[in-house]
Amino acid sequence: MRDVAVVGVSMVKFGRYNDKDVVRLASEAAVEAMRDAGIDIKDVQVLVSGNLYQANGMVGQRIVKEIGATGMPVINVANACATGSTAFREAYLAVASGAYDIALAVGSEQMGKMGLLGGGGGGDPAYNPEGIMGTNLMPGVFAMTGVEHMRKYGTTIEQFAKVAVKNHKHSTLNPYAQYQIETPLEMVLNARMIAWPNTLYMCCPTGDGAAAAVIMSAEKARQYTSKPIWVAASVLTSDPWTERNPTMWDVNTLTKMAAKQAYEQAGIGPEDLSMVELHDCFATAELVHYENLMLCGEGEAGEFIDKGMPYHPNMGGKIPVNVSGGLLSKGHPLGATGVANIVEIVWHLREQAGDRQVPGAKVGLAHVIGLGSACTIHILKR
Amino acid sequence: MAQETATQEQVQEKKVKPLVPFLRIPDGWPDEPAYVFASRCKACGALFLGERYACGRCGSVEQFDEVRVSDEGEIYVFTVIHQSFPGIETPYVAAIIDFPEGVSVRANVYGLDPNHPDRSWFGKKVRMRVEKIRVDREGNDVVAPKYYVVE
Ligand SMILES: [Zn+2]
Repeated sequence: MRDVAVVGVSMVKFGRYNDKDVVRLASEAAVEAMRDAGIDIKDVQVLVSGNLYQANGMVGQRIVKEIGATGMPVINVANACATGSTAFREAYLAVASGAYDIALAVGSEQMGKMGLLGGGGGGDPAYNPEGIMGTNLMPGVFAMTGVEHMRKYGTTIEQFAKVAVKNHKHSTLNPYAQYQIETPLEMVLNARMIAWPNTLYMCCPTGDGAAAAVIMSAEKARQYTSKPIWVAASVLTSDPWTERNPTMWDVNTLTKMAAKQAYEQAGIGPEDLSMVELHDCFATAELVHYENLMLCGEGEAGEFIDKGMPYHPNMGGKIPVNVSGGLLSKGHPLGATGVANIVEIVWHLREQAGDRQVPGAKVGLAHVIGLGSACTIHILKR
Repeated sequence: MAQETATQEQVQEKKVKPLVPFLRIPDGWPDEPAYVFASRCKACGALFLGERYACGRCGSVEQFDEVRVSDEGEIYVFTVIHQSFPGIETPYVAAIIDFPEGVSVRANVYGLDPNHPDRSWFGKKVRMRVEKIRVDREGNDVVAPKYYVVE
């Protein structure tokens, strides 16, 4: 595999866009990323588009019909919440393999008001198991991930809630966050319960959005920039057989596998990370990933948040996690999410992150989980 | 048999259908008990709810023994759902229930106060009752395994 760099990035702030369709949002992100890289569409040799709700809608081809239909190969990717990061990885592989020198990854989503409950399929509603055969709704699934941690290690509701307090506090520094509201602990704990122990502020908002990244071979990258951001690791795993999966979805095992592979690929350890953007779709999820990504030891995640370790360094943290505000504040338009957290890390590594800049950031890790399951980890370094 | 004219629907016998494919309902139900069943891989011992074509753990194909799963199990983990699909009554206690055979079922648990979730619910014993829950579009009875806390 060849060395590969990220040369251009952009993100359309997540939110509700009733006046724009998903192709328009994706196109804006793509054009801005190309502008950032100093290229135009004629330089792009392959485009990978990540979109989930319109997985059969040829979103990638619709984007190039909007911004320049050169006849290049276009690949459409769907991988649950890891859709965007899988698109990034496919674009990375296209260049790393030597097949292409310049690739464009675009993640986009328009979720409207359906949110994570999504559109129920056809079929006879008499056979809907939800509410009799427990729950398969995302808030419940990720709540149980946290409750398992509670059972094993005595983790408290307050410790989970502190994750939300942190990420919402971080969001106040990020103009790209969908919500920039500080939520003190009492406010999080007293908010409307969604799926115990996750209250409203412990669940990510959904919405519309897009993000894009231009990826180049080392040789090309040096022609376009003096500050290439290197892809030090790109890993994708699916969930292996474990005892209760899929009766109980297991988001831990495949993340641990991915983390181990990513650290090996990058030749670094968790102690070398300047920052982490991880998949905090729910506060309970973020807490278990502190351990899965080896930011702390097994069973120590509660203490890790109690001590404020994952806060921004300017707020006393040691290993900043989700300084963007995370999905909890930034929003989670499924197909866009995985590209956007790579964009966030690139901004920090280029010292372009404004008020939320992690001082002297050198290495960042981006983690995404799509239930079903897919896990991506990318390690970027300057 | 019947002398009077019967409509198609009356002739077509109303059936009893399981909500989930791993619930086996014998013809004699409810006199004869319905039960949850699982498939055990002959090669590696992995256990899966319902029928299997191949083993998701070791890849062996069409080599399974059917296992009848106990009616009694215990709560492994749980949550309480306060926001669900329209038309589904909330709150409800949703759990992962472990069974002694080595398999788990995702199901509601009845008999716990959903407004006071508590660590003491871990390991709580539950027992299955198979009940009619709905009627489908074709008029068949839909039955489901429902898990009640054992007092
Ligand atoms: Zn097997």
